[in-house]
Amino acid sequence: MLELQQVSKLFGGISACHDVSFIVQPRQIAGLIGPNGAGKTTIFNLITGVYAPSGGTIRFQGRDIAGMRPDRIVDAGIARTFQNIRLFPKLSVLTNVCIAVDNKVRYGLYAALLRLPAVTVQEKKTRERAMEYLAVVGLDGQADLRAENLPYGLQRKLEIARALALEPRLLLLDEPAAGMNPEESIELAALIRSIYEKFELTILLIEHHMDVVMELCQNIVVLNFGKKLAEGTPEAIQTNPEVLRAYLGEGYKRARN
Amino acid sequence: MYEYISGIITFSLIFVIATVGLAVFTGFTGLFSLGHAAFIAIGAYTSGILTYFYNLNFWLALIAGGIVAGAAAIVIGYPTLKAKLRSDYFAIATLGFGEAVRVLLENLDITQGARGLPGIALETTLPTVLAITVMTVCAAWNFINSRYGRAAVAVREDFTAAEMMGIDLFAVRMRSLVFSAVTAGIAGGLFAHYVSFIQPAMFTAALSTQLTAGVVAGGMGSISGPALAAIIFVAVPELLRVASMWRLVAYGFLLVVIMVYRPQGLFGYQELSGTFFRNYWQKIKTGYGTKP
Repeated sequence: MLELQQVSKLFGGISACHDVSFIVQPRQIAGLIGPNGAGKTTIFNLITGVYAPSGGTIRFQGRDIAGMRPDRIVDAGIARTFQNIRLFPKLSVLTNVCIAVDNKVRYGLYAALLRLPAVTVQEKKTRERAMEYLAVVGLDGQADLRAENLPYGLQRKLEIARALALEPRLLLLDEPAAGMNPEESIELAALIRSIYEKFELTILLIEHHMDVVMELCQNIVVLNFGKKLAEGTPEAIQTNPEVLRAYLGEGYKRARN
Repeated sequence: MYEYISGIITFSLIFVIATVGLAVFTGFTGLFSLGHAAFIAIGAYTSGILTYFYNLNFWLALIAGGIVAGAAAIVIGYPTLKAKLRSDYFAIATLGFGEAVRVLLENLDITQGARGLPGIALETTLPTVLAITVMTVCAAWNFINSRYGRAAVAVREDFTAAEMMGIDLFAVRMRSLVFSAVTAGIAGGLFAHYVSFIQPAMFTAALSTQLTAGVVAGGMGSISGPALAAIIFVAVPELLRVASMWRLVAYGFLLVVIMVYRPQGLFGYQELSGTFFRNYWQKIKTGYGTKP
């Protein structure tokens, strides 16, 4: 589904990621973990076209998407959420999702300027579709609130609803459980699993909550200082001595046992 | 007296057409233009030349003015918007464009240079202007309440997030720019056929600034706010004509007062509607300074 081959990114002389290669199989939930500054979000930015890689190839469904325009990559079927939530804060919850639904809607500019009946009908459909996505994450009751007035946890859910409205094949989640307590993150893991089933998605997620990662992911890639440190199943990663030293910590092993 | 009043109303409405067009660009994509007088000039000269030299029908000339102004917007928009210039750099690029157009008009043969074009047919009447104003406001309203308008607002709010919603930044900005240029061009055509004499010196950076000031004072992200501001900006200096030299000072003072007391503009991010007045009334009833 998604294949990174020796992807590198230099910012000036700083290497944010270096020769990173991994594959995400179709219908897999894959995890990307590692210490802060390991280059996880950089990888997301490279996949979604925010940056063009300095080297290497990124293939999505067999197509090289490295350096493509972000909106084209969305059209190809990749959607994402952001680590530091990036909603449209002044707009309503519903409008936030409508903007994403619009991506699949095609009516012409002249029809819009004259507001032909077809446009009115389509606008109604757009709102209905947006409400359906809001219902998936349980936000249909807050549709008219301004996005910035939602509590933090719900803002994250809204970001997920907005990404789903793009009808992606591959969903990239950047620390969806950040700032959540253990119960909330368990609930979020259940939500992620339910959308994974419902929309037949492939998911790649960055996360620091190990219970979420170990619960959801079938394959985990560990990054450290911009390089791939290890890759494997949750069981293999939890016992990998290098991963324990660099990221999970020796205490993690003891806590599990 | 009737002539005088109808003249002020006609001028106000011509200004409303151009300002509402610019509101769709600046108010909804967040990019500032300091060169929109150029689009007015292009519309004025195109339609003026067509009716004066070629005896073309006024309405066709008016449309031609809008189209040529729109085409000019593509010419200036392509390099600047493709390069994703930041707001301030974009403003400077449009400032340069505005001056370049003016200098061009001063030196072309067909525009008769700085002497200008006298004797353009008087075709613009108050009902004509009123009808076109209504059409422009409706088109602007429909535009911002469609997927195109939502995309523009998304770009203004957070362009990286907007890109991640599959929005083509360049196309969104270009569409709004062309819309604003076409309306400015039509406003120019109406202007030329109202005053019957145009010259390059009428379309200076001061006019561009006045348009942008109208959008900012009226409120970013609003259509009715800038429309109201445009009327005030034309009407107030006229009302103050008795105060002769002090009227421009008063005009500047008015602008400062608006920016100090309503930095979001008269109707920032909202429209002149029943809801607006209800909210305002609520605010007055509960009192301004009563919050602990």
